[in-house]
Amino acid sequence: MPQIAQLAETWSSQIFWLLVFFGITFFVIGRGMVPKVMDTVAQRDGQIAADLAAAKAARDAADEQEEAWRVRENENRAAAQAIVAKAKDDGAAKSEAKLKAAQTRLDKKLAEAEARIEEARTAALTEVEAVATEAAQDIVARLAGFTVTRPTASKAVKEAMAHG
Amino acid sequence: MAAEPAKVDPMYQFTIEPLAGSGGWELAGYNIAFTNSAMWMAITVVVLFAFVLGGMKRELVPGRWQMMVEFFTGFIDNMLEANIGKAGRKYVPYVFSLFMFILFANILGLLPLGVIGIHPFTFTSHFTITGVLAIISFSIVLIVGFWKHGLHFFSLFVPHGTPLPMIPVIAPIEFISFMVRPFSLGLRLFVAMMAGHVLLEVLSSFVIDGTNAGATFGLIVGLPSFILMVGICALELLVAGIQAYVFALLTALYINDAENLH
Repeated sequence: MPQIAQLAETWSSQIFWLLVFFGITFFVIGRGMVPKVMDTVAQRDGQIAADLAAAKAARDAADEQEEAWRVRENENRAAAQAIVAKAKDDGAAKSEAKLKAAQTRLDKKLAEAEARIEEARTAALTEVEAVATEAAQDIVARLAGFTVTRPTASKAVKEAMAHG
Repeated sequence: MAAEPAKVDPMYQFTIEPLAGSGGWELAGYNIAFTNSAMWMAITVVVLFAFVLGGMKRELVPGRWQMMVEFFTGFIDNMLEANIGKAGRKYVPYVFSLFMFILFANILGLLPLGVIGIHPFTFTSHFTITGVLAIISFSIVLIVGFWKHGLHFFSLFVPHGTPLPMIPVIAPIEFISFMVRPFSLGLRLFVAMMAGHVLLEVLSSFVIDGTNAGATFGLIVGLPSFILMVGICALELLVAGIQAYVFALLTALYINDAENLH
């Protein structure tokens, strides 16, 4: 077994070179390079975490804006509905007023027409009376041979007409 | 005349040889020959450096290589955080170096480079190496423990909720189990690596000797051994990863004892 057989002659060189090369490994690779490699990993982890945080913040902001938009949208909708309702009311009131005015005008015209008809009828009646009075005077004059005065005839006609 | 029987020594692969006349190098009276073992440590460091360098592009969207390096750093980081907590982060450089150094050494030692004439040497199959790594880990535990908790660190040997009369019995047991840690840590890796390599070598000797002994032996012994070798190679790759993981995990658990006393 050379490990034991050569121990006396090789132990010092083995230990010496091990310390030299393991020392190089530790100080150059372990102390010099490994922290940089781990630093890169930490940097990357940090970058990923920061990116994730930024993405989350952006999403939160988007949610917030959507919420605000929704509130604004609801407000706008309510305002629009109010305007529509007001316009409807206005329209209804206006048309009602117009209708009322038209009704009044119609009523007035109707009343005027009725008055005119009444007048015409009265006039006609008066004329009929006058004609009847003249006719009565004429008849009396021809049949009885005496003249009746106009007021008497008129009175008689009126009586007759009143009785129908 | 029969062919000379092939001699396959399963232990020869662990032999340490000084390279290119460096056998006489000395430092303060101690021999520091640049051996094949040291050579493979250097190769491990170079390969590991190249591997981690590929992960240093620092791109926000990582490529495959960067993903792989980040997987390993993240793996060690998670392991330390799971076992030690937030305070475990400062041990990432050490545990990462330990894990990757052992992992790359184990895997490089398994590479079938022998077919192109380069003989891989698995330096983690030497207890001088694993022992030193274990002692470094153990020293860190002791230093951190006494640094953070002072002499209170000795309360580690009295598990939480031990009845008072039991303390004289429990404490020595705990102390022994604590002191055994560096040995078990170092020996586990050394034994696992050596056993796997010896097994592969023994099986390969069956293949070679069986085939040399004739077609019949080649079919009866050589072929099943070869198929078994393929399976065991896969197993050894698994063991290479698991042993590196166990070493790093146990180091993390021991540091946890020191960092968070009880």
